[in-house]
Order: sequence, then structure tokens, then C-alpha cells
Amino acid sequence: MIKRLAGSVREYKKPTILTLIFIIAEAIIETAIPFITANFVNNIKRGIEINEILRMGLVLILLAGASLACGAAAGFTSANASTGFAKNLRGDIFRKVQQYSFENIDRFSSSSLVTRMTTDITNVQMSYMMLTRIAIRAPLMFTFSVIMAYVMGGALASAFVVVIPLLAFGLTMVAKKAMPAFRSVFKKYDKLNESIEENVRAMRVVKGFSREDYEKEKFGAAAENIRRDFTKAERIVALNMPLMQLCMNINMVFVLFIGAKMVIQSGGLTIDVGQISAMLTYGMQILMSLMMLSMIFVMLTISAESAKRICEVLDETPTLSEPENPVFDVPDGSVDFVNVSFKYSANAKQYALSNVDLHIKSGMTVGIIGGTGSSKSTLVQLIPRLYDVNDGKVMVGGIDVRDYHIDTLRSAVAMVLQKNVLFSGTIKENLRWGNENATDDEIREACCLAQAEEFINSFPKGYETVIEQGGTNVSGGQKQRLCIARALLKKPKILILDDSTSAVDTRTDALIREGFGKYIPETTKIIIAQRISSVENADMILVMDNGKISDVGTHSELMQTSNIYREVYMQQTGGGADSE
Amino acid sequence: MNKPKKPRARKGTFSRIVKMLFKFFPVLVPVTIFCMLFSSVTAAVPDVMIQKILAVIEKWYVTRDWISAKAEIVPLMIFLVAMYAVALASTTLYTQLMAYITQGFLSKMRCYMFDGMQNLPIKYFDTHKHGDIMSHYTNDIDTLRQLVSQSMPALIRAGTIVVSVFFIMLYYSIPMTGILLIGVAAMLFVSKKAGGGAAKFFIRQQQALGKTEGFVQEMMNGQKVIKVFSHENECIEDFDKINAELCEDSRRAHSYANILGPIIQNIGNVLYVIMAVSGGVMFLSGMKNISFSGLAFSISIIVPFLNMTKQFTGNVNQLSQQINSIVMGLAGADRIFTLIDERPEEDDGYVKLVNAKIAPDGTVTETKERTGQWAWKHPHTDGTLTYTPLRGDVRLNDVNFAYEEGKEVLHGVSVYAEPGQKVAFVGATGAGKTTITNLINRYYDIADGKIRYDGININKIRKSDLRRSLGIVLQETNLFSGSVIDNIRYGKLDATDEECIEAAKLVGADDFISRLPSGYETVLSNNSANLSQGQRQLIAIARAAVADPPVMILDEATSSIDTHTEAIVQRGMDKLMEGRTVFVIAHRLSTVMNSDVIMVLDHGRIIERGTHDMLIAEKGTYYKLYTGAFELD
Repeated sequence: MIKRLAGSVREYKKPTILTLIFIIAEAIIETAIPFITANFVNNIKRGIEINEILRMGLVLILLAGASLACGAAAGFTSANASTGFAKNLRGDIFRKVQQYSFENIDRFSSSSLVTRMTTDITNVQMSYMMLTRIAIRAPLMFTFSVIMAYVMGGALASAFVVVIPLLAFGLTMVAKKAMPAFRSVFKKYDKLNESIEENVRAMRVVKGFSREDYEKEKFGAAAENIRRDFTKAERIVALNMPLMQLCMNINMVFVLFIGAKMVIQSGGLTIDVGQISAMLTYGMQILMSLMMLSMIFVMLTISAESAKRICEVLDETPTLSEPENPVFDVPDGSVDFVNVSFKYSANAKQYALSNVDLHIKSGMTVGIIGGTGSSKSTLVQLIPRLYDVNDGKVMVGGIDVRDYHIDTLRSAVAMVLQKNVLFSGTIKENLRWGNENATDDEIREACCLAQAEEFINSFPKGYETVIEQGGTNVSGGQKQRLCIARALLKKPKILILDDSTSAVDTRTDALIREGFGKYIPETTKIIIAQRISSVENADMILVMDNGKISDVGTHSELMQTSNIYREVYMQQTGGGADSE
Repeated sequence: MNKPKKPRARKGTFSRIVKMLFKFFPVLVPVTIFCMLFSSVTAAVPDVMIQKILAVIEKWYVTRDWISAKAEIVPLMIFLVAMYAVALASTTLYTQLMAYITQGFLSKMRCYMFDGMQNLPIKYFDTHKHGDIMSHYTNDIDTLRQLVSQSMPALIRAGTIVVSVFFIMLYYSIPMTGILLIGVAAMLFVSKKAGGGAAKFFIRQQQALGKTEGFVQEMMNGQKVIKVFSHENECIEDFDKINAELCEDSRRAHSYANILGPIIQNIGNVLYVIMAVSGGVMFLSGMKNISFSGLAFSISIIVPFLNMTKQFTGNVNQLSQQINSIVMGLAGADRIFTLIDERPEEDDGYVKLVNAKIAPDGTVTETKERTGQWAWKHPHTDGTLTYTPLRGDVRLNDVNFAYEEGKEVLHGVSVYAEPGQKVAFVGATGAGKTTITNLINRYYDIADGKIRYDGININKIRKSDLRRSLGIVLQETNLFSGSVIDNIRYGKLDATDEECIEAAKLVGADDFISRLPSGYETVLSNNSANLSQGQRQLIAIARAAVADPPVMILDEATSSIDTHTEAIVQRGMDKLMEGRTVFVIAHRLSTVMNSDVIMVLDHGRIIERGTHDMLIAEKGTYYKLYTGAFELD
């Protein structure tokens, strides 16, 4: 996991290493300062020259200056390194997701990907900064201080033998107890926030049923529950402070008492007053560094979860691979399924499609009808190689889709997805997704064909109208027509509409189909629809049922041969809803 | 001390937090503050003891008389240990209390926000992004937590230590204290500069993060479209730009915050040296000390004084580290207070809905128990009380309405719905269909008297009672986390399991619910992703059915569901409509045909009204819609 993340440091290795160097230098200087000060104090006591005092003072001030320079430099470089690292990591995740196939995308919910790129990265960034700044510094300070304490204090330093294990043990216990408590309460906290979101989204329902008081009560109970758990967890962590204080106090008392005895009994020969005060300082530093270590420990465990989630995204292998010698040209719009079987995941028990054989000639119009879960969408998604088959093969223009360069294939096969989205930006910008270099005339042409020209012109700003995030300012039917126009701009050899006119009225729907026949006759058109009227005139209609093509034929043939088709037809042409 | 600067927060936010803390915990907060003060003061006192002990050592080490020295040191040590014990006890107590108070306070704030939010008008939710509302509960509460649990105690503790150490120092030596103060002024100056800079960039970082989040969210939602159009590289380019901006703001914020520590600390170090040098110089030059204690310069003054210098600067450092979280915390608290202070939905209705018995002769008497019959209890200004049976007669008279001033969306709309009638609204997006229903159940209010329910001006009816008498099934089906049966029971909280199942059966939802893994006890979560759109709608219909209101508002779903499920949903809706006054916002004309009256809306006006047959005969807009020449949405 660490190796994986470290791969994103890249050009920020230099500031990272610089940070470490500066921090080490700063730590050395900082431990040296009390040592020199102790000498200094003793010298004052022994009554040296004022010049000598000033000279030593100057040295100390220079040291402080050096420490400041190192500390500030480390501050800059570590900010640079950690935010740069976060930037790289965020970019890596984003790039990785761009490489994902549909199969990969299905595995992650979009909101979880967003959290990974924001909150999780922020956590890792904080840890990285902590690691570069404190995690090196704390053990260093610890070691230096212990060494200096022994050098200076000799036997006095044995106080630490008692205090250090005591504090280390206490801190570990606190961390050990607090961590699971926090982990569980954070989960509950997420749940609470989810329920608030639910409430906000459903506010019309809440008010419609006058359930405000009920919601308040429900929330109050949940909030109280969280409060209790949070308090429990926080109270464990709150023990850190008194624990620290206790250890410092023990250290003080020990050093003072034993120190006093040693100084007096030796007449100030083995040890003197200055050394005692230095020992007190070192004691403080040692305990502080332990405290910091325990803080880092807690921080790291929190962000370990985040790191794990980030690695999940980075470790996911894109399931589609490019062929070695890709084909860059799609000869025509014919589509062939040869004994195709497909399932969404290797562990799935049931195949979504089994043994499908299908041959569509270039330029044909094909309609597909079938209930929810009959795998209509699955079938067409195999054509632009959004998924790879498990068995058999799918061919476009007589060539296996797996042999094409993937961009070549997808620019020849335009697909209007069922769950389609427009992006924030103007209508024109959205349409240009189909073809970046499309001229205004080409754009207008595509919109005419998709029956979108009229309503676009009715907007005050026409093609420059800004679509809001999620396309909320256009109606469902308008959105669908814009999506069709966007796909048409690709000038595809094969056009697939996955239930893309469900919100368009029947007349416009008919006009769109009519236009297809007239203006893009060579393009193969594959249309999934709920309405029989949308597919009635197709050259070939497939009736899908439970992952299989149950019937194939024209409208009149199917009315004779297919029960399912006839039933749907009856339901839709009136009487259907009432009879039964 | 560093007074919080406020680039965002209003004045008075800080004192409001303090007042609330005292209000919520009138005993605990003073106790905690007392413990804090006590623990800080007792933390400063040992320095005096140490000085005394060192003085004893000085006195005896020449003669090496440990026995005599011990006699003097032991009482001092005992006193020191006692002080430590007291300090330790008060530290333990106040840290524990702080954990309790912080969480209690946050919990109270959460409830305040949530309760306040329940009382806000729908308008608030229509005009604020849900993500923004949510961030009050997550980000803003987090910053508040930081403020209350870390910054405030630090202010109190470090503040007291600084003050008490200051006085002890005056006790020892006034000239040395004066030198110290100059250094401290420098520290304050630097921390104000760097701290303020950090806060500014942290707020910018927060904004950049929001922008990144918005972009990523849109891209992740449209990831499949990106793939289909092979648009990956363009997205990466756009992302890189936003990402670089975020990195820059974040780098600056952290740089400022990071360098603050070393600067303050080393000013502290320099100060330490200056103190030592000047102390040494004064000592050696035999300068006369000025102090409250009258002590002369000696090594036993300089050593503790140096320790106090460390403590003093250390605490100033701690204070300076808090500037950031204080600025951010106050900005967060301010946003929370804005939500809490938001004007609640006004309701001066006084007509109530009560259980009633209606005698054969038409006299209505109020009852406590549920009778299945309801009446409006209407107190009049002259002191009399009348009961009007609930029938479900709704009339709109010449209603005009504007969401924003000057932009009228309904013009002179009149609708009369008699009990049991079905009224359908048909028209394009933005024609005003949803607005009419928004007015009927008073999601939005209009001028007096234009809408009457059973002859009563709806502005006089208590909102909760009005809404209780109106059932709604909305276009977007929102279910709650919890079991299926609890979701149905939402319509009527005291409904028994049998009643809920009965309602589900009535609308045809029982069939699929029984086939769910745990039937009615199946737990829905994550916006009920485990159910299909049609199934969610059926549960929402059953929820309205169990409430059994005399008037229903049905907003049909636009999203496509397959023909089979649609037929089931349609049957459920039909069942629900039986015997009620119903307002239907139709997206499919098949739903509308058997309505008693169909209103065709266009740009806020009713342009055609009548039954299906009448409107077909008119050959107007409805006819065009019906023949598929117009789009319905």
C-alpha cells in the first residue's frame, strides 16, 4: 500500500528529502541549545568575563537563527511536498478512472469516488505532512535527548528508565482503546449524516405528511446515541493529557530530589545546578516526543483507512486491453454476434446473455423490445466494446471488436445511453463532445435531425444557452434530443439508441426516425424502446427475454409468432391496462 | 492575546457561542473553567518551588551537608508533590468534562439545526443546494468542534498561564520581565501576520476544494458518457487545471501555518538567550535588582526565570497555533447560526382537524378516539365555535402567484374540485402544474382567501392539519432508510402492521414486497437502490394509501418504467384515487382520460378545460397533445 502511494510522490521527492534534511538539522540544533545553555548558566555562576558571556550568547542566538532557518525552510518544503503529493495522487486517481472500463466503473459508486478524491486525499496529505515533519523529528528528538541526558546527567538520567515505559504503555493503551471506539462512532456518524441528507431530499414528503415532529424525535434519538458514543471515545483520548502531566511530574520530582542529593554529596563535582535544569528540559523534550509519536499513531490509523480506499481505485486493473496491432478503420456498419455469452462479473451465477447469434447488415434499422432485466442494454453495450464477451465474439464490419483500436471503434459506434447526462456548459459545448471541430452548420444539421433545432432556437440565447449541472434546466425530452444530436455529430457508422426517446412525444419520435431513414440511410440504427410505435417500422425487431433473443422478425411477423410482443402491443394500444 | 480576526464571521458570533455554552451547561461550564484555571495556576506554582529547592542546593553543596539540606528539601518536595497532585486532579477532571461538554454542545447544535430546518419553508430547500445544507452538518460542525474542544480551552489555559507566569516574573525581577515583554510583542506581531495569512488561504483552499468536488462529482456521474465519446483526455486536461489551483492554494495555506511554529519557537529561543545573557550581565555587573520580592540577582533567580521564559513563550506559541482554527471555527459557527436564524415557515392557522362523530341529522360532535370521520374545528372571533365536516371540496379563485417578485408564474387560475372529483393538469414543463399543487398544501403561501377547503380559507387552517388532510405522491419517490413496512407506516404513524399490509394490497404492492428477501421487514438503504423505480413508486403509493386522506395530489413520475410495471403502478394509482378528490399532474394522457375535468395549462394560464371528450371535440391544444403533435412533460 505504501509503495503504491509512494509512486505518486514523483517530482516532489526533492522537497520531501529537503524537508527531512532540514528537520534533522533543526532537531540537532534544538537538542544542542539546552546543552550549551546549561554550560552558559554554569559559566555565569562561576563568574566568567562579561565578554565571554556575550560571545556564548551570540553563539546561541546564531544557533536559534539556524534553527529558525531550518524550521521555516522545512515548513515550506513540507507544504510543497505534501500538497504536491496530494495533487499527483488526485491526478493519478482521476487518470486511472479514465482508463476504467464499464465493468470497473460499475464496481465503484460515483459518490465513493468523489470522497476518495477529496476527503481521503486530504487525510493522506495531512499524514504525509505529519510524517515528513514530525514522524522523523519526534524519534530523533527522543534519541538525541536521551543521549544528551545520559551524557550530562549520568545516573540522573535513570529517571527516564521508569517514566518512559510508563508513558509509552499508557499512551499505547489509550490509543488501543480509543481507536476502535472512534472507528465505530465514525461509522454511526456517517449514517447520521446520510439520514440528514435523506431528510433534506425528502422534505416535501416530510411536510406533506406533517411529520416534522416525528423527524425531530427520530433525529434527536440518533443524535443522542452518537453523543454518548462520541463522549465515551473522547473521554478515553482525554486521558492523554493527565497521563503526560503525571509522567512529567514524576520526572521532575525524581530529578530534583536525586539531583539535589548528588550535587550536595559530591559538592557539585559530579553534577551541578545547571545540569539539573538541563535535565528537566531534556525530560520535557523526551516526553513531548513520545506524545507526538502517539498522536501520529492515531492520525496514521485514521488515514490508513483512507489510504486503503485510494489504493482500491489505483489497484483496480482496467478490464479492457488494447490489441497489439490494432485496426484503425471500420469498413462498414454491419454487426455480428457469434454465439455470444456474457456475464457482468466472473462470480455471477447467471449469464446476462447466453448463446446469442445475431447478424445485422450495414444500414439496417433494428428495434429491440423486452421487459426490465431482459438484457437489452447489455446486448448493445457489447457493440462499442463497453464490456468484453465471456464467450463467442462480437464483430463490427466483419472484424472482431477486440481487434480495433478502441477510439476507432467508439467513434464509429455512437451510443446514446439510457442514463444519459449533459455536462455544465453551453449547449454548443455539449454538442461538440461528438466532434470537437464541428462547424456551426454541422451542429445545426445534427440538431435538425434530432428535432432539437426548434426548441434550442426558442431559448433566448439559442446554442449558447448554459446547461446547468445535471441538465436540470431542460426538460427530459429536450435532454434526450440533445443527447441524440451529440451522438449524431460523430457521423457514426452505427447508431445505438438505448431507450433514448422515452420522454419525447410520439410525433417527434416518429419525425426523428423518419429523418434517420432519409438523411443517414447507410448508418446502421439500433433502437431499444418501450413503445412499440418506436420500433414498428424497423427492418428487424428483436424480442428479448431473460438474456436471450426469444423472437426475431418484422412487426407483422411478430404479431403472428411472438406472444410477448403481442401482449405488449395489446397493453399499449389501449385496453391493455384495464383488461387483465 | 490574539483576538480572532474575522474575514467571514459576523461580530458577536464568539460571544453567542459562549452564551450558548453557559446556557446548555450552567453548572458544568463554570466548573470546567474553574478546573482549567486551577490546573494552569498550579502548573505555574511549582516553578517557585523548584527555585527554592535549587536555592537550598546552592546553599549546602559547598559544605556537602546532605542531612541538613535534606531537612530543608523534604518539606519543599512534599509541597511540590501536593501541588502536582492537585494540578493532576484538576487536569483530569477538566479534560473529562471537556469531552462531555464538547460532544453535548455539538449534539445540541446538531439538533438545533435539524429542528430549525424542519420548520423552514419549502422555499428554503428549493433555493439552497442540498450539498450546501449538508456541509453545515459536516464541515461546519467539524470546525466548531475544533473551536470548542481545542481553541477555547487553549485560550483559557494558555492565557492564564501567561498571566500568572507574568506576575511571578514580576515578583522576581521587573527589568528582566520588561525585556521579555519586548520579545513577546514581536511574537504576537509575527503570529498575527502569518496566522492571518494562513487563515486567508485556508478559506481559499476550502473554496478550491469545493470546486474540485463539484467537478469530480459531475465527471464521475458522467463517466460512462465520457467513455462512449472517448473524451478522457479532455477531461484530464480540465481536471489538471482545477487540481493545480487547489494545490497552489493549499500549498500557501500550509506554508504559512507551518512556518508559524518555528518562527515563534525560535523567537522564544532567542529570547531565552537574551534573558540568560542579560541576567548574567546584570548578575556579574552587580546591578541592583528591582522586584516585588526584593531578591537580589543570583543564579537561583536566573535559572527559574529562564524556565519561566520557556513556559511563557511556549504558551504564546500554543495560542498562536489556534488562530487558524479560531478563524475557521467562527466562520463555520456563523454559517450554522445563519441556518438556525433562518425564518421558519409561518403558520397562523387556527382551524384544526379533529376526530368527529357526525349524527344522521348532520350535527357534528368532536371525539377523542379515531372515528374515521373528521371535521374542521373553527373558532371565530366572536368566541363561537363551529364544526365543518371534512369533505374534500377544494376551490381556487382567480389565483395569481410569483416565486420571485415581478415574475408571475400563475395568472388568474380558477379550479373547482368537488368531493370525489378527479382534476387533471396537463401542460409543458414550466406551465405551472406543480406550482398549483404547491399552493394547495401551502408549500408556498398566497394572498388571503383565494383558496378554500370545504369553504374555509386555507390560510386559516393549521398547516399540519391541512397537510394531514391532503395526501401526496410525488414524482421523485423519496423513501427513508428503514424497513418497507416502516416506510408505509410513515403515512400514519399509529397504523398497525395489518393496516399497512392492507394498504399495500390495495395498491398492488403486496405482490412484490412479499417476494423480497425479508418481505415487509426488508431494510431499504442507500436511497433504496435495491428496488426498481416502479417498486419504489408502489411503496410511495401504499404510504399515501395508509394515510387515507380525503384529498390526494398525484404527481406522476416521468421516468420510463417498463410497460408491465407501469400497468401495475397505474392500477395502484387508480385504486388510491377511488372516492377521493384528486389532483393529478399528468405526464401520460392515458392517466387523464377518465378525469372529471382536465385543465390544460400554458405559461401559467388555463387555456382549456373540460372532459376528455369535450376537449377532443374542441380540437385545441389538448387534441394536439393527444394526437402526439405536442410533447408532454
